Amino acid sequence: MGQLAGPTDPAADAHWEHQHPRKGFFTDTSICIGCKACEVACKEWNQNPQDGDLQLLESSYDNTGALGASTWRHVAFVEQDGERIEEARESGRALVSLGMPRVGPPEARAAAEPGDSTPPDTPEFRWLMSSDVCKHCTHAGCLDVCPTGALFRTEHGTVVVQDDICNGCGTCVAGCPFGVIERRTDGTAAPRTEREGRPGSEPAVPNVGVAQKCTLCYDRMVDDQTPACAQTCPTTSIKYGDHDDMVDQARQRVAEMHAQGRTEARLYGANELDGVGGTGSVFLLLDEPEVYGLPPDPRVPTADLPRMYRRAGLAAAGMLAAAAVAFVGGRS
Amino acid sequence: MANADCIVIQGSNMAECHPVGYQWVTEAKARGAKVIHVDPRFTRTSAVADKHVPIRAGSDIVLLGALINHVLAHNLWFEEYVVAYTNAATLVNDDYRDAEDLDGLFSGFDPESGQYDMSTWAYAEGDGGRVSGPEGDPEHGAESVPEAAGQQLGSGGPPMEHARMQRDETLQDPRTVFQILKRHYARYTPEMVQEVCGIAPEDFAYLARSITENSGRERTTCFAYAVGWTQHSLGAQFIRTASILQLLLGNMGRPGGGIMALRGHASIQGSTDIPTLFNLLPGYLPMPVAGTHDTFEDYLDAIASKKQKGYWAEADAYTVSLLKAWWGDAATADNDWAYDYLPRLTGAHGTFQTLTSMLDDEVEGYFLLGQNPAVGSSNGRMQRMAMSHLKWLVVRDLNLIESATWWKDSPEIASGELRTEDIETEVFFLPAATHVEKAGTFTQTQRLLQWRHQAVAPPGECQSELQFFHELGKRIRQRLAGSTDERDRPLLDLTWDYPTDAHGEPDAEVVLAEINGRHLQGPDAGRPLSSFTEMRADGSTSGGCWIYTGVYADGVNRAAARKPGQEQGPAALEWGWAWPANRRILYNRASADPQGRPWSERKKHVWWDEEQRTWVGDDVPDFPLHLAPGTRPDPDAGGAAALAGDDPFIMQADGKGWLYAPKGMVDGPLPSHYEPQESPVANALYTQQRNPSRVLMARQDNLTAPSAGDPGAGVYPYVFTTYRLTEHHTAGGMSRWLPYLAELQPEMFCEVSPELAEECGLEPYGWATVVSPRAAIEVRVLVTDRMTPLVVRGRTVHQIGLPYHWGVGDDAVVSGDAANDLLGLTLEPNVQIQDSKVGSCHIRPGRRPRGPALLDLVAEYQARAGVTVETGNTRLDGPGGAPGPDPDTDPTTHPTREN
Amino acid sequence: MTSERTRGTTARTTTADRVVQSVCPYCAVGCGQRVYVKDEKVVQIEGDPDSPISRGRLCPKGSASEQLVNAPGRQTEVLYRAPRATEWQRLDLDTAVDMVTDRFLESRRNGWQDTDDQGRLLRRTMGIASLGGATLDNEENYLIKKLFTAAGAIQIENQARI
Repeated sequence: MGQLAGPTDPAADAHWEHQHPRKGFFTDTSICIGCKACEVACKEWNQNPQDGDLQLLESSYDNTGALGASTWRHVAFVEQDGERIEEARESGRALVSLGMPRVGPPEARAAAEPGDSTPPDTPEFRWLMSSDVCKHCTHAGCLDVCPTGALFRTEHGTVVVQDDICNGCGTCVAGCPFGVIERRTDGTAAPRTEREGRPGSEPAVPNVGVAQKCTLCYDRMVDDQTPACAQTCPTTSIKYGDHDDMVDQARQRVAEMHAQGRTEARLYGANELDGVGGTGSVFLLLDEPEVYGLPPDPRVPTADLPRMYRRAGLAAAGMLAAAAVAFVGGRS
Repeated sequence: MANADCIVIQGSNMAECHPVGYQWVTEAKARGAKVIHVDPRFTRTSAVADKHVPIRAGSDIVLLGALINHVLAHNLWFEEYVVAYTNAATLVNDDYRDAEDLDGLFSGFDPESGQYDMSTWAYAEGDGGRVSGPEGDPEHGAESVPEAAGQQLGSGGPPMEHARMQRDETLQDPRTVFQILKRHYARYTPEMVQEVCGIAPEDFAYLARSITENSGRERTTCFAYAVGWTQHSLGAQFIRTASILQLLLGNMGRPGGGIMALRGHASIQGSTDIPTLFNLLPGYLPMPVAGTHDTFEDYLDAIASKKQKGYWAEADAYTVSLLKAWWGDAATADNDWAYDYLPRLTGAHGTFQTLTSMLDDEVEGYFLLGQNPAVGSSNGRMQRMAMSHLKWLVVRDLNLIESATWWKDSPEIASGELRTEDIETEVFFLPAATHVEKAGTFTQTQRLLQWRHQAVAPPGECQSELQFFHELGKRIRQRLAGSTDERDRPLLDLTWDYPTDAHGEPDAEVVLAEINGRHLQGPDAGRPLSSFTEMRADGSTSGGCWIYTGVYADGVNRAAARKPGQEQGPAALEWGWAWPANRRILYNRASADPQGRPWSERKKHVWWDEEQRTWVGDDVPDFPLHLAPGTRPDPDAGGAAALAGDDPFIMQADGKGWLYAPKGMVDGPLPSHYEPQESPVANALYTQQRNPSRVLMARQDNLTAPSAGDPGAGVYPYVFTTYRLTEHHTAGGMSRWLPYLAELQPEMFCEVSPELAEECGLEPYGWATVVSPRAAIEVRVLVTDRMTPLVVRGRTVHQIGLPYHWGVGDDAVVSGDAANDLLGLTLEPNVQIQDSKVGSCHIRPGRRPRGPALLDLVAEYQARAGVTVETGNTRLDGPGGAPGPDPDTDPTTHPTREN
Repeated sequence: MTSERTRGTTARTTTADRVVQSVCPYCAVGCGQRVYVKDEKVVQIEGDPDSPISRGRLCPKGSASEQLVNAPGRQTEVLYRAPRATEWQRLDLDTAVDMVTDRFLESRRNGWQDTDDQGRLLRRTMGIASLGGATLDNEENYLIKKLFTAAGAIQIENQARI
């Protein structure tokens, strides 16, 4: 049985015999150009079907809406005025002065020259863009509650659904504090005209009824290839690598931006003391998480289990047995 | 661009339209470079720039001109660079009159033809005369071919009689280009910028400070533009203004400097180098014009004088080699190398002139090769109506685009103007091969040729253009075999023997080898040429496109060179092949000072190595390799031999960067601001409202909205501009059929400010109808602070943004009304491009009417505005320059002045 | 516990029969692409990390290139619409090219001009026009220009003027 809360190495915790460094993303939204290449590259690689209804979503340039069974990368677009920018800058600055562990090393801040802190030049308006993805939590709610063992912790510390095992029960959907995982329906909008009999017509939607989410391109990762979204990202807003490096880079980048006066920058998911033990996918945001549709204080449902055991140890036994299935066995 | 210290993106939405190119801007910014976006809209580029400066569409020359004025007035120009490398010191003849003197016209304007006689713009001669073109040069606008003069010049610009110019290196003589420039832009002030562009003085000051602080020996500034500059009635002059500014700041030919043209299609550069354009032959050689180029001698003389400086002086060798490549042994010295096999032009025969010919039933057959004019060309209704006049139409594409299906699902079928059962046009849809189903080269935006290997065979009946045209040519020649008709000789004598594979696909590498050229005689016969300098005018060499010579040197396909980028230096000379001669930065001699030393260690690129007596550096030097910096040859030597050691602009007739164009720009030697064809304001600079040389297409199906204070101008009070989105590609033929792209931007929309939404009662994400004098279309409404109302000449100007990717048809995954239907056709006179970046319209809430009622709506607006075919189509406004053809007779066509 | 299928996970880029270097067909940046082919079908197109221009990256359009090739709506058969017809009909490729050849020659003849009104050589036809996209290869444009020019057709244009 692995640890249910707090800092840990999730792959070791899942009893993998051969250690691989934990892999993850660092999404730096300050250099995202909102091109959505990540969305397309992801769908193309994973052969996920079109799932939009081909109408404007009424949300700036975002016509995707949210992560879901067939959308594993989603770019949010947020338009803000000057007042909101000032608030974000203030709240970000407050995070630093509170000494929150999620913000960069003190030495980097000290290195910045005092005269350096000119804020950016267009303060009256901004357009935030941010590519969201599965967080691959250190303590993953979806995985913890999966009764079939379809969800498993990979040797790289990521969380992946095994399509061939999932029975579509949907327990994981409620278990995710980020609302990432979903069951796939076949209600995708078809192209407007009849396309039967045409060469190359699209195959039927795969994995209908089964829980689906980002695998961090597990199939590419096992062959030492970069996940499709990170490989395609034109500006390296999406970075992929060893989780520790990603967190380091993220901290440095925040410190650098604060030194430039852009105190609105802050990290998301890099705090291993948070309700999911930190995430495998970390983000640099330019405002409060809610602004991007992210929960400010995500908690994995099982985080409270230790406390619950003390109160009602026996009641948890059944759940433990189910969860344990997911952790047995190793891969060499 | 990654080497720039400041990047100004203007006339381009680079992050959206060239996302992967934008990585270099991101990188420069991470290193501390300043990025400024000047654009009517706050776009995804603005979102990641240091600053966004909103500008009124079409007013760019005022902003850039004011920057020039700022640089000159505050002595911020790069003196050593400007004196040595530009024509600042050159004297202009006494007869020249500036637009400042003639209220918006330069000397030499002919109001009848709308053309300039450029002879008064010439450099001064020692005897007080003018330096003219070589004999036979069509410089006298009024007498030359209507509307095609600018088309006849190759990339080397206009020719000159010789290269002995009069110079005053103190720049004090009032006749120097430098002093003329100063006078010309003196009234382009920050106040004028505020007045005309709607840009606040502090934003102007920020921009001026940013570019001047980041130019000079140690630092460089780069400009990036795209069709936001070109698609205007004075588009070429927009770019000229930026060039002048960049020359004054010493940013040309240097790392991190220059003006980056961001082209929008995979091989749009290639399709002008090897042009499927009416006015050009490969390598920017002009197509011959009847009356000007009647003999081969006339033709050669008109391209370049043997006495002018630089490589264009060898144009005879390039031309003969091309003719040998096409007609082989049939091209002989006796028949002037088959020069008379070339058809002749008698004016402009561009796509829009052809359009009107179609409407007049003069064109029977039309090929559309991966092009969707029903959606992608301006004035879409004219495009579709024109196709209904054809006898036959061949559409070669991947998908059933709107240009293939208009006969059953176009807006004109819906409005009842066309009836499918009445349309006589035969339509052939021939499926095309994709880029992975054929081999060949694309030339990308920095002139780099990259070979694509074929990955798979095309499916079904899909074919490459190479295979289709090879086959068509074979069948044409078979049908004509044995013909004695003289007009068939060029087809029968054509070299057309290309080896094919089992599927009938010609070997593209053999075609590339023909383009490269080869020796035809002597011990080297058959050997590929390694450089265009090996080309000869005596028939001993062939080569289909001289600027591409070297791509197949030594029989090696250099476009296929693929040494990984991480294994070579930043210039990456072993990845693909750039014309000319695999050079990555053009005119890079200017990256060193006149003595040949780098301007600074930080901006080192190419320099003179005194020990080796040669130019060396990180790039292929764009200069004769062993021409020492101090060399002063006899200017009459002609060609490359006449270049001095400090003449970096080796393709110009005098070796200098042109601040002032003594000829070649048909609408003026210096860029001047005119308002767009349709504008809500009067020109603040001159009485002349619009570019007097613009090409007019005054027709009932191409009406122009009244401008400024004209009666009826209030009927179309808003400015609209059209553009692309990241998620789609042009007219949608390669994106609206792809579910992954279609779902990302599924519907046609407009972008408006909250103020305009309020003014017109537009609901966020509701429907609205946009009406121009040409059409009415319906759009969903994005109300956003990203659109800024601008105060221009005391009134608020609202701009409406319209992406142009959608079209009306039944086959695509997503469809919608086409923005291009709103546009009219008025052309830029140098390159005959339409002004599709700015127009006048009205917007109202709700969807558009269906059926014939749609036409009624458009007509109702036209009637209310009182527009006629003459509206906006008079050449001259008011008393400026020469008197016009009495523009005062029709009060509706004459803008009233408010200054 | 992992399933057998999970344990056998591998990337289709790894199992492809061959990888071919190509160039993105959308804008003019010229990003390098790697085309993965399995059983003579394109199974994946992604950025080529070796390209000094793009360093392995692609925009959304470039990333959708595989769908451009294998698009559900792609038309791979010749279609013909006769005068006044309300629908397409099928035509085989060979017949279609023959018909186009006939029409080309006839329209060339109908629009032929030997000289202008002053007797100066023109040697051209105004009966045929062409408008090309800019996703055509240099080699293709070369043959198009060569053939049309030899045939005397001058109204040859492309996207560059649009």
